[in-house]
Amino acid sequence: MRMQLRTLVRALWLALAGLFAAPTRGALLPEDRVDLMYHYYNGGGTRVDGPALLVRKGIGERVSAYASYFVDNVSCASIDVVTTASPFKEKRQEYGGGVDYLYRNSTVGLSVQRSNEPDYVSSTVGATVAHEVFDGLTTISLGYNQSRAEVGKAHTDFSDHANRYQYKLGVSQVVTKSLLMNLNYETILEDGYLQSPYRSARLLGLSVPEVYPRTRDSHAVAFGMIQGLGSSDGQLRSSGYLRYRYFWDTWSIRAQTVELGYGTRLDERWLVEPRLRHYKQSAASFYADDFTTQMVFMARDRELSDFSNNALGVKASYLLFNNRFRLSRAALNFDYEFIRYHYNNFTDVRTGQLYEYKANVFQVFLSGWF
Amino acid sequence: MKQRGTLVVVAAICLGGCATGPWVKPYERGWLADPLMSVSRDPLSDKYLQHVHDVREGARGATVAEGGGCGCN
Repeated sequence: MRMQLRTLVRALWLALAGLFAAPTRGALLPEDRVDLMYHYYNGGGTRVDGPALLVRKGIGERVSAYASYFVDNVSCASIDVVTTASPFKEKRQEYGGGVDYLYRNSTVGLSVQRSNEPDYVSSTVGATVAHEVFDGLTTISLGYNQSRAEVGKAHTDFSDHANRYQYKLGVSQVVTKSLLMNLNYETILEDGYLQSPYRSARLLGLSVPEVYPRTRDSHAVAFGMIQGLGSSDGQLRSSGYLRYRYFWDTWSIRAQTVELGYGTRLDERWLVEPRLRHYKQSAASFYADDFTTQMVFMARDRELSDFSNNALGVKASYLLFNNRFRLSRAALNFDYEFIRYHYNNFTDVRTGQLYEYKANVFQVFLSGWF
Repeated sequence: MKQRGTLVVVAAICLGGCATGPWVKPYERGWLADPLMSVSRDPLSDKYLQHVHDVREGARGATVAEGGGCGCN
């Protein structure tokens, strides 16, 4: 069944690649820009912060290359950690890079990424193809990522691995001069060690090792739309967007995500974007808060439980200047998101109550366009 | 026979669609090029936020950005 699915996905991918043989003209490469960020997350006993950098620059008229660097300084005393282990600190570093090549109405991209943690190292390679048809009103995109992770456990000889194969298909459509819609599908096939070596399940109140299946196939379909809103002088002053995603996988998780946002220019310099996000999911078939009998697969990862969260966020961008210091423009951006998580079947063993927590997510970043 | 007729009609509609010009002309696309109409206006910021959500939720995929790591925090 799994092989059939993989064969079907590959056949679909190849068949759609045939669309790209059509005549082409006029696509654009991404903008040349640099972003320097500081990010901060604090919630549920976990604090993560660090810098991030993204530089993208065109090379000639047909090639655009980018490099990125991302750091997570983690200080973790989450409920899993304080109830089963000791708080810890660690650092994750992520390096990424890629090249996009433009040929008429098609863009072909190649990317690499490496993420290093003391007990988890993953490497990813990816390829994307995007093609515009109907005079640029429709864009079809295909993507494939493959990654391999080496999983370890601190202060032990434990070692295992996990493989991930991602297939993406997207269609973006200009509907009117102020309405864009897009539809995306992605399937992720995973095999190997897909759990955490630190977490444990509960069996009649006692801690026992978690055991997950060694394969997982997941699917997600997302729909989005952006509507531009003009002022009386015919200028675009604001826009609103709506996104919806439905997710399902072979672990019996079903999830829905709804996002709603609105962006508006307050004046020549300020752009403000408030947003809302709602997420809910059902539990994996092998999840239990406290098992009453030994099972083949047993998990008590709260990310596999029945839960929901609501987020309220706002981004504010301030235009610093135009045409100075070899930059066409530069902006200072602030982003804040408040998230509240509510678990329907995960007990805080310290209190005996269902677990819930709040998180604050903050970013400040400087953007410059060449 | 009925199926073949339906196929011909569908094919005619599709090909007809290819033959017509763009319903949003190039000179009408000014708004579409504005950052306010971008699906991912700030890629680094979007990637970070997506990572924050991905590592704490069971669902993933079909989003505008993606991240890495074990997500075990």
